[in-house]
Amino acid sequence: MDRRDIGRFVGMDQAEEEKVFQERVDAEEKIEPKDWMPDKYRKTLIRQISQHAHSEVIGMQPEGNWLTRAPTLHRKAVLLAKVQDEGGHGLYLYSAAETMGVSREEMIDDLHEERAKYASIFNYPTLTWSDIGAIGWLVDSAAIVNQISLQRTSYGPYARAMVRICKEESFHQRQGYNIMMTLMRGSDEQKAMAQDSVNRFWWPVLMMFGPHDSDSVHSAQNMKWKIKRQSNDDLRQKFIDQTVEQANAIGILLPDPDLKWNEERGHYDFGEIDWEEFRRSMSGGGPCSRLRLAHHRQVHEEGEWVREAMRVYENKKRSNQEAA
Amino acid sequence: MGTEISVKEYVVRLGDDALILGHRLSEWCRNAPFLEEDLALSNVALDFIGRASMFYTYAAELSGQDVTEDTFAYQRDCRDFKNHLIHELPRGDFAFTMVRQYFVDVYSLAFMTSLLESSDSRLAAIAGKAIKESEYHHRRSEEWMMRLGESTQESHRRLQSAVDELWRFTGELFDQDSPERELVANGVAVDTRALEADWNQAITATMSKISIEIPKDELQVTGGREGKHTEFLGFLLSELQFLQRTYPGLEW
Amino acid sequence: MTSHTQLYEIFIRSQRGLDHKHVGSLHADDAEQALQYARDVYTRRSEGVSIWAVKSSDIAASQESDCGSFYDPLDDKPYRHASHYDLPDEVKSL
Repeated sequence: MDRRDIGRFVGMDQAEEEKVFQERVDAEEKIEPKDWMPDKYRKTLIRQISQHAHSEVIGMQPEGNWLTRAPTLHRKAVLLAKVQDEGGHGLYLYSAAETMGVSREEMIDDLHEERAKYASIFNYPTLTWSDIGAIGWLVDSAAIVNQISLQRTSYGPYARAMVRICKEESFHQRQGYNIMMTLMRGSDEQKAMAQDSVNRFWWPVLMMFGPHDSDSVHSAQNMKWKIKRQSNDDLRQKFIDQTVEQANAIGILLPDPDLKWNEERGHYDFGEIDWEEFRRSMSGGGPCSRLRLAHHRQVHEEGEWVREAMRVYENKKRSNQEAA
Repeated sequence: MGTEISVKEYVVRLGDDALILGHRLSEWCRNAPFLEEDLALSNVALDFIGRASMFYTYAAELSGQDVTEDTFAYQRDCRDFKNHLIHELPRGDFAFTMVRQYFVDVYSLAFMTSLLESSDSRLAAIAGKAIKESEYHHRRSEEWMMRLGESTQESHRRLQSAVDELWRFTGELFDQDSPERELVANGVAVDTRALEADWNQAITATMSKISIEIPKDELQVTGGREGKHTEFLGFLLSELQFLQRTYPGLEW
Repeated sequence: MTSHTQLYEIFIRSQRGLDHKHVGSLHADDAEQALQYARDVYTRRSEGVSIWAVKSSDIAASQESDCGSFYDPLDDKPYRHASHYDLPDEVKSL
């Protein structure tokens, strides 16, 4: 008998449980919903998964704004499928978080009461069509770098949601890049439009990976629990390295004078991020922070009568069945 | 001759119906009452946009010149669009959208079944695809009628008011102008007059199950097929066509 | 706070000949609606040929504490696995 299982029969104390838990994590075994887990692990995951879900759902707004203005029928269908996917991904993630015993309503409530955050990138406005290209290309690429890493996260339902999401999102970055490529082959106005979008989105995208490892409060414990598999700085570097080539291929300039290949490191060096702007955006000071939350609240309130109707309908059906 | 419309014009009319409704439905994306429904409505929207694309592509081929599906969607003015008015009304609340959808779905199902027999094989093929979609749409919207009709007072009230608002735009669905009648005679177009009785019967049956009253002797608003629209269409088009109008003649 | 409707677990058979596989969950007010939403939510790329929807509350699940008694007795019967039996090198397949 494995020593982890012995513990259950002899009644382990907290410290031993935790030791057994850590051994399981170290052995790359997934943690599943009904396993014992440290309270802090559960809380961290609920926070992380629900915030990830909120980001997907709030992320529908900036792109959704362009559904009615997409320039061709093909672009319109692709964008709709894409934004719909974001909603689906939000749903997969809410579903993963619900395995930990928290309801979707509670999570949405936390969002509305500003106890839960979402990715600050979605607090930036989409002003021109090329912003849709920039978001698909840069924001989705950055998200995928992070999510590929999270496919190996220690919590089973979260890891499985990531696998599914990564598989679906590969078309998202391609369609974004395709928009940019088309614009860069177009008129001077279109090229300028595309470059302007990248100028505005580049730095906020780099912020998506979070603070430097040295400034990140949760990192060490999350790495130990294998909730997080690679550090913020490593993921950011990976994203930059892969993006430079893509930008060069279509003639887009990345707006960083310090960006250059470092032969010794085998990576691109890049300039310092404006962390003051990051903090401002995370704490509700982004250009669209209020708007995004207000929109979500309003939609939720407008839908309340429909959800109420469903509750009542469900109950009626159940009592009809019981009576029958 | 003279009053006859070409097959191309007929196909464009059908494309207009699909595009304008698809556009309205796409407005629900990120705005639905809960996530599952958000995804479902987007799927329906995608079906209609896809349908528009199929009709317009066919029309573009019939045009034979430098015309694409996007020419029809993005480069015509309000009066050139020939969609039925019911499709262009703003999305309203969820009850309004679902009642419109139910009316349209019952109609579409019968329409596409009939179009399947069109002497124009291309139209018949499009109908073959559309009919499968419509079966699913219809199942969904009919269930929503029951769900909203049999749950709370508020949902019932909203349902009733949507039916009251929309009823005056339903007669037009069966009202064919003489040019279109000629295409019916050729076996190309669907004889929509023949669909009316069944449609009425289906709607009446559902509505009576959930105690929703159907307005009587309502004056019908018509004109869509002549390009006489409500004021809503102009706003819809100005949004839809914004980029193509601001930067004409470019690839996107 | 309760959710507006019940949670359903969704299982999808991706092609004929395969088992239904758990893919996640969703909220619906009856089984029919759960199936329809499962189509919209989990098969947008025609991943499925068959869908099961099961109320989460109807699933009987073994408890963690049962783990030992449930599975360990099965662990000590390696002779149930083909890999238990050595084959002579000459035999390529059996």
